Amino acid sequence: MVFLEALMLIFSSVSVGYKQTHHFQCFTKSQITHCLFISLHHFQARQDAAVDVYERLPVPFGLVRFGVAPDHPEVKNVINTFTQTAQHERCSFHGNVNVGKDVTIDELRQAYHAVVLSYGAEGNRSMGISGEDLPGVFSAKDFVGWYNGLPSNKELRPDLSCETAVILGQGNVALDVARILLAPVEMLKETDITQNALEALAGSKVRRVLIVGRRGPLQIACTIKELREMVNLPNTRADMLPADFEGIAEALKDLPRPRKRLTELMMKAAKEGGDDKAEKCWGFRFFRSPVEVIAGADGKRATGIRLALNKLEGSGESARAEVTGQLEDVDCGLIISSIGYKSIPIDPAVPFDPRRAIVPNEMGRVQDTAGLYCSGWVKRGPTGVIATTMNDSFDTARVLIQDMEAGKLDLSVNKPGAQAITALLQTRGVRTVLFSHWEKINAEEEKRGKFLGKPREKLLDVDEMLKIAWS
Amino acid sequence: MAASAAVRSAVSLTQRFVRVSPDCSICPLYRLNACTGATDGFTAPSRRLRTSIGVWQSGDSSSPEEEERVVNVVYIDRCGQRIPVQARAGENALHLAHKHGVDLEGACEASLACSTCHVYVSSEHYEKLPEPEEREDDMLDMAPMLQENSRLGCQIVLTPELDGMELTLPKVTRNFYVDGHVPKPH
Repeated sequence: MVFLEALMLIFSSVSVGYKQTHHFQCFTKSQITHCLFISLHHFQARQDAAVDVYERLPVPFGLVRFGVAPDHPEVKNVINTFTQTAQHERCSFHGNVNVGKDVTIDELRQAYHAVVLSYGAEGNRSMGISGEDLPGVFSAKDFVGWYNGLPSNKELRPDLSCETAVILGQGNVALDVARILLAPVEMLKETDITQNALEALAGSKVRRVLIVGRRGPLQIACTIKELREMVNLPNTRADMLPADFEGIAEALKDLPRPRKRLTELMMKAAKEGGDDKAEKCWGFRFFRSPVEVIAGADGKRATGIRLALNKLEGSGESARAEVTGQLEDVDCGLIISSIGYKSIPIDPAVPFDPRRAIVPNEMGRVQDTAGLYCSGWVKRGPTGVIATTMNDSFDTARVLIQDMEAGKLDLSVNKPGAQAITALLQTRGVRTVLFSHWEKINAEEEKRGKFLGKPREKLLDVDEMLKIAWS
Repeated sequence: MAASAAVRSAVSLTQRFVRVSPDCSICPLYRLNACTGATDGFTAPSRRLRTSIGVWQSGDSSSPEEEERVVNVVYIDRCGQRIPVQARAGENALHLAHKHGVDLEGACEASLACSTCHVYVSSEHYEKLPEPEEREDDMLDMAPMLQENSRLGCQIVLTPELDGMELTLPKVTRNFYVDGHVPKPH
């Protein structure tokens, strides 16, 4: 019965506030999902570890809430795992805290044995072309934020009265945007897409979406699930250029399975097209880079985009696009640039590599800074699906545990953790949102959603979220 | 004993959830069972505990019909540790793994929207599995270190002819890149 006694010890130790609890703080702006995977790993491995998660918004879950498309609810199931972790006695969530502004990294490092940065990539890479700031041009980050209810994008109001939209980039985010632009409203209205986006899309005149990439079909960055969804989209047909697929059929046999299946599906779509009577169409355009956004006669908004035609040097993943000098103009009223996210520096005390836009690190240990770690996109760059980032979070947790066990962190010193930070924030007029407060926001969103036949209607206003959280 | 009563009620709570979301991370049994790379032998005591409290669906079948439906499966975890378990025909391999504290994630909760329950199937049993549906193949394409005998654990339904099947968890390393196909940039 030694086992049961051990069990009792753990329960009792938690209830009397076990003195030697080691505090870890996991700081995130909108990648709390990532933190919660780290926490989970910790709790399983170390019974003496407590983890606090800090988040700028009042709501948790980061990209699972704001990035995953509304019509992919199964992908969001992972929220159940996160919720269970967040509800663990040794985990606490503190929303509405802007680290770098409300509290500094140094202050956090004083209060905790270790600090983990997992704040993701909230910036976006810009195309760096003239006309990029004209009305009608959006980053995919903002467009996705708009239909997913990110508070800072609620006023986006994209004009959807044009016939053609051009998306630069061919990753899964680009395909999500294309799909949301062309999906039947009947399909969208039962998702958690925001009501204002739903209404805008219901009145949309966009009928044709071109998804443009610098390189060729064999370099496309999207995955087969998303491509298949485009191919199967009701009332749409695929419209591609046969010239873009020259030589591809011959290359198929040497491709590894995932690339092969993806390319075969693309070629099938290019060849078969689809129902001629379909009202909407979409297509990839390869070997094209944006060089200028063309403004209308009044110079006030985008009416087209100028593309440079490329040729490919080399092959496979490392193939490079080289200019040919040829240009092509495409008429369009909506331009969405989906060429990647970018992390930004959070605090002068944290080293930052502006070229790679990540926090310089060795296996997650921040360079030259003991007790500071990083994980996820801010560590490796902004690519990968949930599984990728999840595995990365487990790696970071393992490194942290290793350091604990190797004595690299001074665990003999007691650290005050959230107690000290919450008190400090209070003196600065900042009140935190706890997980139980988020649960009130959650209940309100589900209630409003039920009324509209949706899983939830997201609150768009931070002040409203706080009001409900603290009610 | 108060502790065992607490455990029983905690686990029964988990059991209610198990159908909806097979996540055992809140269960103290699972927590203590977790493989951290150390050979601390937690797996053995938990099986004893499980039988004595009779918490999980009991593997102690008494009737001949039930004995026929028992399927023996061995999980080989990421450290190479062999974990033999007994399943019933009809169970799925992800749920089974969670029941026995095997470190197999299932982020999307068996809805074919992720690849975190990726396993390698012993070759003689791989042939006996029904062909994966297209959606499973699509998700498998995203799994790191895909092999010929890769399947998603949540899609493997146990049948008597799979008795003796070995499911190996891929050793996920820092390099997550699928050979030749990397969804980068996103």
